Amino acid sequence: MISTDKQKQQNVPKKSGLSEKTKDRLSAYLYISPFFLIFSLVGLYPAVFSLYLSFHRWDGLTPMTSAGLNNFKIVLEDPLFWKALSNTLIIGIMGTAPQLVVGILLAFLLNLSVLKMKHFFRVTIFMPYITSLVAVALVFSVFFSNNETALANYILSLFGMEPINWKTSEWGTKVAISLMVFWRWVGYNTIIYLAGLQSIPKDLYEAATIDGASRPQQLRFITLPLLKPFITLTVFFSTVGALQLFAEPTVFLGNAAFSRDEAMTIVMYLYRDAFQLQSYGTASATAVILLIIIVTLAAINTFLSSGIGRQRRVRK
Amino acid sequence: MSAVGRKKITGGSVFVYGFLSLAAFFAIFPFYWMLVMATKPSAAYNSIPPALVPGGLLVENFQKVMDKIPFFQAMLNTLIICLAATLVVLFISSLAGYAFAKFSFPGKNVFFVAILLTMVIPPQLGLIPQYLLVAKADLLDTLSGAMILFFLNPLGIFLMRQYISQSVPDELMEAAKLDGCSNFKIYRSIILPIVLPAFATLGIIVFTAVWGEFLWQFTVLRNPDSYTIQVALATLTATSNIDFGMVMSGVFWSTVPLIIVFLLFNRLFISSITEGSVK
Repeated sequence: MISTDKQKQQNVPKKSGLSEKTKDRLSAYLYISPFFLIFSLVGLYPAVFSLYLSFHRWDGLTPMTSAGLNNFKIVLEDPLFWKALSNTLIIGIMGTAPQLVVGILLAFLLNLSVLKMKHFFRVTIFMPYITSLVAVALVFSVFFSNNETALANYILSLFGMEPINWKTSEWGTKVAISLMVFWRWVGYNTIIYLAGLQSIPKDLYEAATIDGASRPQQLRFITLPLLKPFITLTVFFSTVGALQLFAEPTVFLGNAAFSRDEAMTIVMYLYRDAFQLQSYGTASATAVILLIIIVTLAAINTFLSSGIGRQRRVRK
Repeated sequence: MSAVGRKKITGGSVFVYGFLSLAAFFAIFPFYWMLVMATKPSAAYNSIPPALVPGGLLVENFQKVMDKIPFFQAMLNTLIICLAATLVVLFISSLAGYAFAKFSFPGKNVFFVAILLTMVIPPQLGLIPQYLLVAKADLLDTLSGAMILFFLNPLGIFLMRQYISQSVPDELMEAAKLDGCSNFKIYRSIILPIVLPAFATLGIIVFTAVWGEFLWQFTVLRNPDSYTIQVALATLTATSNIDFGMVMSGVFWSTVPLIIVFLLFNRLFISSITEGSVK
């Protein structure tokens, strides 16, 4: 872009027969080729092959036979698939939606100019992000064990509540897994919102104050609209991430993970079909369905979240 | 007034500090509790009131972890996979970023958009063929098989292109060209030194992502000697009678190195997140 004209002027030293421009082009293609080579091998080829597999019946050993749309039919008629889909959506919403509110509030507080110990709060709130999903799931699996004396149940008992079977009840598992997701990611999103808040020029607020805008008005008409791209971004990543939940439920439930359905997610359903039941065709069909769901939901959520500031502005 | 500079304790500041302290407590507590449990017998887990002060079984519990899983081997495996993936991604991304930032060639925008589009493909889509591919290449249970997927990092190319087009002056490249430098020599002696700070950012993003990776490793690594730490830890609860002290000890000691590195370089970690996702 910037350098084109300049490169054109430099056809002076021609050592080998090639012109400088041709050499530059060859270099450029050479430099971007490693990505495309690796992508074709471990990205494109598997994706296309998955698509192909989804229309075939195959256990990995005997010859593949064509199955038409049968795999999709099998998956879509399987109650467990719908259970997995609803589990994934419920855990996804419970785990990520509250992050939006809490994250923005935390970022707002961390951005207050009068705040002391800013750095301390930032570092501690961000810290959960450095733990691995497996570590988080293991810590939470001890915290939320079925045992009446487990720490989570002990805390409930302080409030006079009954103990919960966190690993076998319909909602206990979902709440526990949502909390893991929330705990690990809320600091991460806070930091992104904080970066967003810091990118808003201070004089906008000064001008608004002079015009007599109150704090809540400034929040509505300046902060939220300008934070919009950052919100859209986190909503996009949260949606995509939530639909790919695998490590948390698998590790949290340990032995029972694939034999129970309270916390079976779509990726777990896919994994089970592929690597426990050797039903590569239906597993691939599930993968294709997952792709469609991810693209659709990510698009819808991104569209909705990018509307946040717009509505506000229209009302003014 | 005599109270100049003294803080007024208002309802607002009580809320601000109260809320932030509560958030900090929730963020930190699991780390502390990890330590407590790692030093207690499994039975302490059933005590009322719950154990909240570290006990004396630090060494014993860790001994049990080592009886159960090859802890250091798994940490070493993970480290090798992470370092290899990080180095490969840094090399590929900076080279491609250099091409996109400083060269003009037919199809440049198409290629760049194609790279960004690859980010949309969910990693699970190709899981089965990827597994078959690795199995066919006889790479199951090997570190190469476990790392190969992570060589692909479109975000890295995006970040490097941004960084190189902003911080490498064209004049510098022209001068080098007039001196007869080849394009690759320019990459080695001019681009590389300039992008080192961006390497830190991208390196952290790649390293932490690969460190925490589970699904792929869980799929291709079945032999305990090839386990990464995540897969090894996951096996700790795959028994019916779980020793919680042992499990927490494993989790704790696998997290300690990360905590230390994070506390040393937290500014870098935090800025890598904003640079990696924003822009």
